Amino acid sequence: MNGYVLIGNGVAAAGCIEGIRSVDSDTPITVISKEKHEVYSRPLISYYLEGKTTISKMNYRPKDFYKKNKVTVIYGNAVSADMKAKEVTLDNGEKIGCKAVCIAAGSEPFVPPFEGLDTVEKKFTFMTIDDTLALEKAIGKKSRVLIVGAGLIGLKCAEGIAKRVASVTVCDLADRVLSSILDNECAGVMQKHLEKNGISFMLGDTVKRFDKNNAVMKSGKKAEFDVLVLAVGVRANTQLAKDAGCDTDRGIMIDTSMKTSIDGIYAAGDCTQGFDSSTGENRVLAILPNAYMQGRCAGINMAGGSSEINDAIPMNSIGFFGLHCVSAGSCPETSEVFEEKEKNSIRRLFIKDGRLAGYIIIGDVSRAGIYTSLVREKTPLDEIDVRRMKISPSLTIYSKEIRRKKLGGVV
Amino acid sequence: MKRVYVNEQWCLGCHLCEYNCAYANSGVDDMVKALKGKQIFPNVHIEEADGVTYAVSCRHCKDPLCVKSCIAGAISVKDGTVVIDKSKCVGCLTCVLVCPYGAVAPGPDGAASKCELCMQNTCGEPACVKGCPNAAIVYEERQERA
Ligand SMILES: Cc1cc2nc3c(=O)[nH]c(=O)nc-3n(C[C@H](O)[C@H](O)[C@H](O)COP(=O)(O)OP(=O)(O)OC[C@H]3O[C@@H](n4cnc5c(N)ncnc54)[C@H](O)[C@@H]3O)c2cc1C
Ligand code: SF4
Ligand code: SF4
Repeated sequence: MNGYVLIGNGVAAAGCIEGIRSVDSDTPITVISKEKHEVYSRPLISYYLEGKTTISKMNYRPKDFYKKNKVTVIYGNAVSADMKAKEVTLDNGEKIGCKAVCIAAGSEPFVPPFEGLDTVEKKFTFMTIDDTLALEKAIGKKSRVLIVGAGLIGLKCAEGIAKRVASVTVCDLADRVLSSILDNECAGVMQKHLEKNGISFMLGDTVKRFDKNNAVMKSGKKAEFDVLVLAVGVRANTQLAKDAGCDTDRGIMIDTSMKTSIDGIYAAGDCTQGFDSSTGENRVLAILPNAYMQGRCAGINMAGGSSEINDAIPMNSIGFFGLHCVSAGSCPETSEVFEEKEKNSIRRLFIKDGRLAGYIIIGDVSRAGIYTSLVREKTPLDEIDVRRMKISPSLTIYSKEIRRKKLGGVV
Repeated sequence: MKRVYVNEQWCLGCHLCEYNCAYANSGVDDMVKALKGKQIFPNVHIEEADGVTYAVSCRHCKDPLCVKSCIAGAISVKDGTVVIDKSKCVGCLTCVLVCPYGAVAPGPDGAASKCELCMQNTCGEPACVKGCPNAAIVYEERQERA
């Protein structure tokens, strides 16, 4: 019997398995996994280096997950999906019949063609458990580490190894850290905090060429290092989908039920470009909650159930060395901004068209989810107490009736 | 399933539930030793606005956003109760970012903490409910609204 075939074995695939099994408890599921690991929590690789978790605790699901869900895992590489022949082909030629496919292939690190990169002996990307274990082997108390890329992945890597090496320097072409998430001011606060914890920066500058243990920067500066980490960016894995005939852009194009443009092929997680309700456009939302929810939604639909996601928004909870920063939604230029600042904390609300379009908090992030839900649900602000919303996130912003539903009913 | 519900009209704002919660989850036998002079980390919080007070704790949502969002797979549903495996939690606070009720917060050890209906401690039934002097928090079965 042809079953469901899932390409990739990350969190999106785990969501897909759980989605399928919530509707169909019997049809076989085959997962094709390039990485030789059971599904694990990818964001935890930096916490592992920091000593805050272990490889076995990084398992995203309990040991009996595949067995309980009647899933066969094939450790291999899928190269094509053909919905006319109804089969998925692996690189060793093996063919697996399928009635529906979910592409949950995630993303790959993007490594620009730096001049002289081949002369660098110890160089790593930072995406997988295998990358992490290899990096761990290469570093020691005396290592000077250069990280190219001051985005989430580069900085998480910096935090993870900071106490295990002699020095960490992070460079980025952008003039601020976390440039895709934070504005200048917020980035400045985070950068200062990272510096206080021993991380050095070379911003607005990037590597022109490598020469063994030296990086020559665009500015002419030089940086000497023992270990290099490349965290410039990631790219959605779209090739297989493209070859199968699916529309792709920066990610695989999907509708709100996770269908691609080809019948029988669904896609979920970091490899997709799905609907972002905060902007009304399709966008790659490469965050773990999104991967799980999209996977689950795809699974339900593949198995003949009905599910839709039309309220996905960008959101992030990022912390370094104890300083947390959360954000959700968008910050349209034309929005009214409410702001509160202290030395190491910022709370900024972006209000537009009578709704909370987005927010960002650095410092005390407690109960921020109350704001997130206003953004996600597009709650009209005339239904809530805006004055109280500005003071802090709490349920006092709601009317008695709404609160009674929230606290007195099954939700 | 039985859940904790709030009758806000009966709440006195006495904060006893917060203390009873912190004590029940402290693992210490003596209430004074558990609480006196210490910063407490209760999983239930009294909110106040214009003289109205009420307790807020985890709603044990039917389709919990925290479970779907936890980056460590540390939150799961066990017999309807939403629980956190603190040994897996890395304190990233993604659950704080998504919980619409503001019902989860970092505990004393940095791991996320929230109401688990006193299933995980020796109390056996929600300590906040047991100790509430005015039945402003109750533990009961309620029907879903249409
Ligand atoms: C260091 C780091 C920190 C992060 N921190 C956070 C965070 O704090 N919060 C957050 O929300 N997100 C974070 N993320 C992002 C998060 O990890 C991703 O959004 C999430 O893992 C996406 O899951 P996925 O299943 O879509 O893809 P992936 O986890 O990338 O899984 C896809 C899998 O498919 C496999 N695959 C690809 N092609 C094939 C093929 N042809 N055949 C077989 N297998 C294939 C890949 O090898 C991979 O194992 C972080 C990421 C990194 C790297
Ligand atoms: S922590 Fe929040 S989201 Fe999770 S079950 Fe409780 S109320 Fe729901
Ligand atoms: S703080 Fe802990 S429980 Fe909450 S999302 Fe992060 S890892 Fe999961």
